Parts: sequence; structure tokens; C-alpha cells
Amino acid sequence: MNLRRVATYFPAFARGYLRNPLGLFMSLIFPVILILIFGAVFSNSGTSQVPLTVENLDHGSAASIDFLQALNATGAVAITVVSPDVGNLSTYLAHHSLSAGLVIPAGFAADVANRTPVHLLVFTNPASGSEAGIVEGAVEGAANGLNLHLAGGTDVVIPQFLNVGSTVYTYIDYLVPGLIGFSVLVSPMFSMVNISSTWKRDKLFRQLSLTPLSRAEWLTATFLWYVAIATLSAGLLIGIGRLVFGAHVTLTLLALPFLVVGPILFVSLGLLAGSVSNTPESAGVIGNIITFPMMFLSGTFFPVSLFPPWLVTVAHVLPLYYVIDGLNAAMVFDNPPAVYIDLLVVSVLAVVLAVVAARAFRWRED
Amino acid sequence: MSTSASVEVSKLLKAYGSLRAVDGIDFVVPTGEVFSFLGPNGAGKTTTVEILEGLRRRTGGEVRVLGLDPWTQMDRLRTRIGVIPQDFHFFPKLTPLEAIRLYAGLFDVKADAAGLLARVELTDKADARFDTLSGGQRQKLGVALALVNDPELCFLDEPTTGLDPRARRSIWEVIRNLRREGRTIFLTTHYLDEAQQLSDRIAIINQGRIIATGSPDEIISRYGRTERLRVVAEPALADRLAALGFTVERDNGALEVELRSKADALRILETIVNSGLAWESFSTRTDTLEDVFIRLVGRLEDGSLPASTPPEARA
Repeated sequence: MNLRRVATYFPAFARGYLRNPLGLFMSLIFPVILILIFGAVFSNSGTSQVPLTVENLDHGSAASIDFLQALNATGAVAITVVSPDVGNLSTYLAHHSLSAGLVIPAGFAADVANRTPVHLLVFTNPASGSEAGIVEGAVEGAANGLNLHLAGGTDVVIPQFLNVGSTVYTYIDYLVPGLIGFSVLVSPMFSMVNISSTWKRDKLFRQLSLTPLSRAEWLTATFLWYVAIATLSAGLLIGIGRLVFGAHVTLTLLALPFLVVGPILFVSLGLLAGSVSNTPESAGVIGNIITFPMMFLSGTFFPVSLFPPWLVTVAHVLPLYYVIDGLNAAMVFDNPPAVYIDLLVVSVLAVVLAVVAARAFRWRED
Repeated sequence: MSTSASVEVSKLLKAYGSLRAVDGIDFVVPTGEVFSFLGPNGAGKTTTVEILEGLRRRTGGEVRVLGLDPWTQMDRLRTRIGVIPQDFHFFPKLTPLEAIRLYAGLFDVKADAAGLLARVELTDKADARFDTLSGGQRQKLGVALALVNDPELCFLDEPTTGLDPRARRSIWEVIRNLRREGRTIFLTTHYLDEAQQLSDRIAIINQGRIIATGSPDEIISRYGRTERLRVVAEPALADRLAALGFTVERDNGALEVELRSKADALRILETIVNSGLAWESFSTRTDTLEDVFIRLVGRLEDGSLPASTPPEARA
């Protein structure tokens, strides 16, 4: 292994890569686009309030205002009070494309004072299942509080809702490691499948074999480039996640090994896919068959815990799952034992695939 | 290994199962010469060249390139040879200047990049990316890269295929200059005129066997037909000439009459004039390397060997 030759070849490879718009897009720009889109859509999902339109027919009675304050205090709904002049609230909601409403009936305060049962009308849209549940839960919670107060009771069991890790995490915190894993997968896989098949067709490996550059040196320079790209992409994603969406993620020391062994794993897998293919077209098909299921089933965009059990089993055989799980364990949960297990799995796979790929692709022919 | 030979091949064999792509061939390439290796597609030409370049393992026989075994001593050999592969490709987004600097770095030599580009007339494309270069410009870059390590022996595998006549002649000039510098050139080509123009020595391979070797003139004189007089005249003239003992062939509306001596030409012309038959033109014609090549290879289509086939091809 001659490191001077590795250092000579590395910038030439990098230059060729960076001048290729598709490679640059897939490795750096596409993950950024994804974090901006997914971040914008989901970043506030942990704290967002469901709009609730209230028609107070009890004309500002103290009891109705107390109830609305209790409802507001749940933090689950954003209350907008409309004038009783709007008439039928259900019709009003439909005309204004609103999905949730509450009617406080006339005489609410008097009924409460007299301990007479009073019915609150809650309108929800069944098509917005989660929002309906939130509204119903909030109204029920406020009503229970009022009932308890009227009964002279005292809160004994008081739940406190926090996110995992005792920190207020949002979707973006889980998305950032997922997209780093995405970047670790996509960039080397797509380009190595392409490189190993088209370079074979164009006899570029043969061309290189006529220089003193060895296969091991070529592989080393290639690994180094994709490690650099993965690290750069991770830095971009973390920066955007933190600055734009307020994500609570940092590139910890425990996460760094995944940015090294991950690219080695997927460079090897891409090289292998391209080497066993006869044409660039068939290599592309094989690459897509490997890459796309892994992209969506490894917890990149959605937590694997949401999958049905059989799909979780599938996820567990995909190498990217261990990269993303490890990154999550390192960057979100700060759980070193889980990191070590994932790192061990990824490292073993990387070594095995690197050896197999190195044997499968040849400079010279027997 | 003799010091005057850059390449020595003895009983070289390359088999793929029962198929013998190269079937026990022998030849020598003297140092400082342009040696052309010719043959039809599938004759074993590229296989042989790749064995010499160290890219393919041989099944049997002995090969020495600059005194080294190209398969087992490739590490030592690659710094002393330059190779332009057939249909040369390079990294599409690199420029010729960057390509030469890359090669210089890999070979650990100080290359005069500007000088090399000037030598192959590529100075004005020094900063153009490879994927924007024309076919001729790409081949020229291939030549420049093959020279980065100042090689003693250059393998040029069909360096002018697909190029326009001007680009071809430009590459020819580069090859002539390499020869003048004392380098040995191993050239494979489909263009027989190219081989005839450039080569000191030629070997023709067909069906894995060498069927002719020698200088272009030697091959033409050994395997070519005698000089002929070509006459565009009425067909009836053929019978008159045949009656006088001449061998006459019809070729594309003309008559070709074999000349056994210079005096034959005068007798034929006299016969034409005296016959009263109409005639348009006449000229003399000798076989070119291409004529010989087609006759040799064509004759082998039926499985027989030419009468004057060298002994090694009969082995």
C-alpha cells in the first residue's frame, strides 16, 4: 500500500465526482432537500395544537370562561371563539373547512351551579382521526377536572408527559440520523454500482491497472472519498436540523464510526453489485433492487417501531437498519451499549462485503 | 532474452476450454522497430496483445517483454511500457492536463504536461473535459498518457480506428516520432495501408496462428501476385490476349493481364492497338498489403494454408 499514490488518486477521483451533477445531487443536495421537506412538514408535530372552534351560547358566563381556560390549559387545542350569531356550528365548520368544534350550551353556568347534568356538543371530522382524538381527549380532560372540582375532590395521580430521554424531542431529532443513514447508503451505492459497471465497460479499470496504482490503493482512496462525503453530508444535515428546525442532535464521538464503516459497507455492496453484472443497465436494476427497499424499510423516514412485526423482521436483515439504529442510539438516546452492538454488526458486514467485493472485481483477467 | 529484442514470444498458447484463441505462435519484435500485428476480428490479436501487456494470463508457452514475464513481473514491467488501448476511454470529467498530472503522480515521475500535450497537438484542449473531446482528441490523449512514464515499448491497439483521415495522419506522425526516438512500437490495426506505411515488420495472425511474417515488402513479394497491366477495353480483347499465352482476369469491368516481364507490357499494348478494338485506359498494378492480407485470410476460410506459409504456422 503506497499512501502517496492514494493521495495522488484521491483528488482526481473527487474532482471527477464533484463535476458530475448527478453524483453531487444524490450525495449532498438530495438529503438537504429531504430534510427541508420532511422537517417543514413534521418538525412541529410534537407540540402543534389542534384548532378548535368554540361557540359559547352561555354569553360569557364565569363558568363557561373557567371551562375554556381549563381547556386551553391542556395545550392540546388552539381555541377560536365565534359569535353565537353564526347559528348551527356544524354548518359553520363545514362552510369554513374546519374539523373540530365545541358548543357550550345556554344555561351552562346555571346548570353547573345547580349540579344539573349539562351536555357539551363536540364536533370532529372522522377523516382527521388523530385530531379528533386530541380534541375529544382535551374536552374530556377539562370536563373531568371541572367535575372533580365540583365534587370537592383533589388530584392525586398526576401524569406528566415527557419525551423519551427526558428532553423535549420532536420528529426532526429522529429524522436527522435517519437522513444521515440515507446519505451513507445512497451516495456510495448508486455511484459505485454505476462506476463498477461503466468503468468495466469502458475498460477504465484496465487503464488504471496499467499504472502503478494497485486495487487496494484504489479501494482505499474510494473508501476515503465516501467517508468524506458522508461526514460532509452529516455536517450539513445536523447544521440544517439545528439551525432551521431546532433539532437536538450533535455529531457525537459515538456516531462517528458509523460515518466510516457505513460508507465502506455500501461502497463494497455497490462494487459487488456492479461487478457481478454484465451491463450497466443490469447493474442499475440490481442496485435499485438492493437500495430502495433498504431506503424505506430501515427507519430512514419512519420509525421501525411503527412497522408490523413481519416488516420489523425484514428491517432487521437490512444493513442500513443497524447504521440508523446506531446513529439514533448515539445521537438521540445516548445509549452506548446499543451503539456498540449496532457498530459491531455494521463493522462485520463491512469487512465481509469489502473482502467479497475486492475478490469479485478485477484489474486483470485470467 | 536477446538484448536486441523487445518482445519474444515462443509457442504462446491461450485456451478457453477447448477453444484455442492463440494456438502456439512464435514471433520476435526487434528493439526500435514498429511491429504491426494484423488479423481479422477474432483471430487472436487482442488476446495476444493483452497477454504481452500483462492483462491476461497465458495458458502455455513463453513470453518475454523487455526481458520480463508480463504476468508475474507486471509491477516491474508497467513502468517501462506505455499502452493505448483500443477505443481509449478516460474519466469523463477530467481534463487532459489533469489526466497527465494524475499519471505523473501515479508513476512518480516529473512529466512535462504542456510538452506532452504539444507533442500530440492537444495544447488547445488542455483544460477541456474528456467527455467533450472528439474521437481523435481522445486517442491523442491516450498517446500522451502512454508516454508519461517515458516508455521503452509502446503498445498501440488500433489507435486510429474511427478517426477521420486528418486525425489518422496526425497519429501516424506521432508514431513515426516515437520510432525516431528509438522506442519500440507494437501496433495492431485494421488499416492495412497504415501498417504498410508505418511498419518495419509485420505478423499476420488468423485463427490463432501466425500465417505470415516479414517486412511489408517481403510479405507482398512472397504472397502477392506479379505485376499486372490493367486495361479498360472491350471484353473480346481478353480472348486475343489469352490466345497469345497471357493470363487474363476480369476485374470490375477491366482486364488484368499478368506481366512476366517488362517486355510483356509492350506486346500487350501492341496487340491492343493492332486489334482495332476500342479501349479507354491502361495502367500497371502491383498488390498492396491489403490485397495480400485478403488473399491470405480469404484462402484460409476453407481451412487450407497458403503455399508459402512459414513453418511455425504449420506446427
